[in-house]
Amino acid sequence: MPEVISQTINLFASVLLIVAFAMLSQRRILSLIHLFTLQGVALVASTALVGYVTRQPHLYFSAALTFLLKVIVIPFLLHRLINRLNVKWDTETLINIPALMLIGIVLVIFAFNLALPISKFSTSIARGTLGIALACVLLSLMMMITRSKAIPQVIGFLSMENALFFAATSAVYGMPMVVELGIALDVLIGILILGVFLFQIREQFDSLDIAHLERLKED
Amino acid sequence: MMGGIIDGAQAHLEIILLVVASWLVLGAAGIVVMKRLAFVSKVLFPIGGVAGVALMVVAASSLFAQSQVAILPVGLPGLAFHLRLDALSAFFLTVIGGAAAGVSWFAAGYFRKGEGTPPGLLCLQYHLFLASMVLVVLADDAYAFMVMWETMALSSFFLVTTNHRIAEIRRAGYLYLLIAHIGALAILMCFGVLQANTGDYTFANMRVQEVSPFWAAIAFGLAVVGFGAKAGMVPLHVWLPEAHPAAPSPVSALMSGVMLKTAIYGMLRVMFDLLHVQAWWWGVVLLTLGIVSALFGVVFSAVQTDMKRLLAYSSIENIGLLITGMGLAILFKAYGMSSLSALALTAVLYHVLSHAFFKSLLFVATGSVLHATGERNLGRLGGLIRCMPWVAWPALVGILAGAGLPPLGGFVPEWLLLQGFLFTPGLPNPFLNMLIPVLAASIVLIAALAAYVMVKFFGVIFLGRPREEKLAQAQDAHMFERIGMGWLVVGCVMLGLLPAHIIQLIDPVTHQLVGQGLGASANSVSWWLLAPMSVARASYSPLLFLLGVAACFGFAFVLVRRLYHGRVRRAAPWDCGFPWRNARMQDTAEGFGQPIRQIFEPFFRIRRQLPTPFDERPRYRVTADDHFWHWLYLPVAYAVERVARLVGLLQQGRIATYLLYSFVTLIVMLALVSV
Amino acid sequence: MSAYGIASQLLEVVIALLAAPLLSGWVNQCRAWLQNKTAPSVWQLYRMLRKLFHKESVVALNASPIFRATPYIVFGCMTLASAIIPTLSTELPLAPAADAIALVGLFAIARVFISLAAMDTGTAFGTFGARREMLMGFLAEPALLMTLFTASLITQSTSLTTIINTLAHRDLTIYPSLAFAGIAFVMVSLAENARIPVDNPSTHLELTMIHEALILEYSGRHLALMEWAASLKLFAYSCIGLAIFFPWGLTEMHSPVALLLAVPTLLLKLAAGGAALALIETFSAKMRIFRVPEFLATAFLLGVIGMLVFLLLGS
Repeated sequence: MPEVISQTINLFASVLLIVAFAMLSQRRILSLIHLFTLQGVALVASTALVGYVTRQPHLYFSAALTFLLKVIVIPFLLHRLINRLNVKWDTETLINIPALMLIGIVLVIFAFNLALPISKFSTSIARGTLGIALACVLLSLMMMITRSKAIPQVIGFLSMENALFFAATSAVYGMPMVVELGIALDVLIGILILGVFLFQIREQFDSLDIAHLERLKED
Repeated sequence: MMGGIIDGAQAHLEIILLVVASWLVLGAAGIVVMKRLAFVSKVLFPIGGVAGVALMVVAASSLFAQSQVAILPVGLPGLAFHLRLDALSAFFLTVIGGAAAGVSWFAAGYFRKGEGTPPGLLCLQYHLFLASMVLVVLADDAYAFMVMWETMALSSFFLVTTNHRIAEIRRAGYLYLLIAHIGALAILMCFGVLQANTGDYTFANMRVQEVSPFWAAIAFGLAVVGFGAKAGMVPLHVWLPEAHPAAPSPVSALMSGVMLKTAIYGMLRVMFDLLHVQAWWWGVVLLTLGIVSALFGVVFSAVQTDMKRLLAYSSIENIGLLITGMGLAILFKAYGMSSLSALALTAVLYHVLSHAFFKSLLFVATGSVLHATGERNLGRLGGLIRCMPWVAWPALVGILAGAGLPPLGGFVPEWLLLQGFLFTPGLPNPFLNMLIPVLAASIVLIAALAAYVMVKFFGVIFLGRPREEKLAQAQDAHMFERIGMGWLVVGCVMLGLLPAHIIQLIDPVTHQLVGQGLGASANSVSWWLLAPMSVARASYSPLLFLLGVAACFGFAFVLVRRLYHGRVRRAAPWDCGFPWRNARMQDTAEGFGQPIRQIFEPFFRIRRQLPTPFDERPRYRVTADDHFWHWLYLPVAYAVERVARLVGLLQQGRIATYLLYSFVTLIVMLALVSV
Repeated sequence: MSAYGIASQLLEVVIALLAAPLLSGWVNQCRAWLQNKTAPSVWQLYRMLRKLFHKESVVALNASPIFRATPYIVFGCMTLASAIIPTLSTELPLAPAADAIALVGLFAIARVFISLAAMDTGTAFGTFGARREMLMGFLAEPALLMTLFTASLITQSTSLTTIINTLAHRDLTIYPSLAFAGIAFVMVSLAENARIPVDNPSTHLELTMIHEALILEYSGRHLALMEWAASLKLFAYSCIGLAIFFPWGLTEMHSPVALLLAVPTLLLKLAAGGAALALIETFSAKMRIFRVPEFLATAFLLGVIGMLVFLLLGS
């Protein structure tokens, strides 16, 4: 039975990677939010599964917390944000998308090779997932780099946090409860602050294009 | 090593030398009848073609014989030419003979009056070129190799500049000669490293020398540069798209189909035969260079508007694929997987053979088109299938083979190469393991792009409506041209349909190079089924494949005729009811390449001139150049020029100053000697 | 080569030829239902084929023999393709003729000839369509091959029958790499069969059309063969997808009854697949032609990632 379960966890890992790639190649902000929600669902499922296999009830708790936060609250906040800012349109990426995907593949190969020696010594149920989690982190970072608008960057940041969380649950069966709660609270506060921040940017520049922030630097 | 004859069975080598001699005699005869075009073209060239067939047959049969050596008493005293006929050289001789036969027959109908060089001289250069290629492949010491290599370069240089009255062609020839010599220098140094300070430049000596890994790596690098320059490997490729269009078409066919292969022969000879130990990173170097060349070549060939340049870039692509295959073979060999190494090498050698045939075919077809229309520019051709069917149908076979489509010759090597990539059973290096699927993906992408290029080539030249008025009167190919193309077509088809037999020919070569071969397993099931490992793992049967498609075709045809009718009405094309049509509304060659230019934009150095809205005669001009000119060649050229100018300061014009220079030099020399 | 093998081979070809227009009709019907339209009958395509076969063919004045041979070549390629893809049984005498790579080559032949035929008449639309078709092809073919390669890596074979036998007989294992391959495959199938995000099968004369532009000059029996070949292509793609991702239900017993029992299973699977296709088409919007290379490049790269994931996870 554990064979199937570890494969299922691998499958969730792959879903995370697919979503990360989909985010990388997505122009529409609304679709980005949907993808982010999907990523949250995969994360919840894999966390709960790891909790079930390793019989660690606190993972159930963190799965529930993740569900509440990343599948319900944050997507809701983001939806409200784009409604009020009225920014549903497509945003062009800074690099064209096939090139972005190619860079993505290079990052994946890099991450897999980086994780390979570590996962060889790992005894946890799903050894290969560390490489995937690392790849997801790099891809999210890549996504933040290549967007010129603020909201996709926020989503990239959140998805990076998802990938880190996944690495923590799958590789070392979660973090202490206190840490998890702290991170959850941080993310929530972070998104609220960023929301306020975005309104401020728009009021200042009439746009959410980050390029305008360049004007803030002192010459 | 001066023993010479080892065993009695020298027959093969002697016949091959006889063929070489006959080519030289034909060349000499050409000089005698300098201006008589009819005699040269209708008698001498066809005989040369027959000699080519003889070469092919003898070389193919010698593949299974013992290796034979001989010493030719030519050259400097004490430095005779050592020759050796082993499996590797026999295979390449087969390629040379087969392609040369078709091209010579074609050339018999091709050369016309008033093309710069007189016909007799052309005949001499042509046959000298053929003979030198044979001797390059036979050479068994560095001296003979280099002499023949240079003869090959020079004779082909004179052939390229046949129309030497055109400045552009002279420039192309000069560039070719320059890069050929840079390459030759590197090859010479490579042999210098390989003889390991023994002073004995025979290959037999190099084979027994144990070169340290460091020096082996140096020899490898020099071989890559030297032979890569001849093969047209990126970034040493710039001469190729200039020289091939400049040369007369049979010569471009020989250069692209055969001469580039001698460079591949040189790489194989040095890397597998003369050097014993291969480091794994050599494989990575070759894989990278190969993939870059192939992708670069195919992308550039998609945007060309000159038909011969298009084919020249496509040759760069094919050379890239060959180098990739070689890299894979070295990688496998370095990790001790000889059977997979043999698989990759088989793919390389198969591709050498099939490329020799289909690329020669396509080049000679462009020759016929060029003669009939006087146009090389794709934008002024079109619709030629109707007035030149004897050129169009062979060209169709050529493009299908070139596009790597089953069941023709281009597909088998790609199939074998992909099998090699897929069944990499876990190389010990995880990074390489991850690299392999990416490379397989690039190979597939390149193959698919090649199909794009080939459709563009054939569709724009032969299909559609003539883009110029004069094309309607184009003359079809002459008798000898048809024979030559027919021979090459048969080659392409046979290579496609009988892979198991061809692999039997390649088997001795891979046995010689890596100690394993696919010969025994390739047709273990039956003669028409190609299954290199086992039927359960992978199998391909071109005959069954062709029969399947033909049967479905036939059934559909007969049934439709039987059940319904065969009525056809001829009418003007519908074109959505648009009544004002002319030939200029067809997609142009530029237009056909436009999506590729857009997708692969960073590959090109694009310059656009857009018309303003107020132009009376609006013109849109776009050029897509090669970055390498601006990144690599021009800076080097400028640097050389600057140094030359500094040297020029020494020039004063007064004899007294020059004497002073000599005097100072003399003093310095004497001072050095006394110290 | 047993009598059973020949029988199963023949049955497969016959089923493919007969059921292919039905599948296209079914997809059209489902799509119409989903879009709240009155659906055409599932037999509509058969009627159209019959009508076209009876009509005379009009051939452009300057068309060469390539133009007239192409419908038969394309039809032959698609028939052979559906003969070598295991749909009912994995014992097929023709299967050793072509493995996964040669199958992609088979599709490529059809594509090259369609493009050449479109260029043959020398009309603006035809050459335009040919260019677009080749553009799609050079990205779609590698993407399809990457999908098949992922399955090949899992099963250590490129032979389609071995791939499907191995996948059908494994224990319950989940291959994450196949998830990537599956997504790539769906994207390629949409593009290759001229479906909605890439092309629109129900309109003519749109500036962005691809498939229709290629067959614009065909009429009568030639057009009928082209349309039939197009539905055979959809059938073949659906069968590849079903065979790799849902390989159950093929018969292994050497009995005619089992072979006949496999037919309804296949039809059921195809019906579900067709409905899913209609659903995808309904949910997505037609994209600009300049976005198509991007779409296909994404499919291609997803296929590559599938292979990488397989190498990392070993499953």
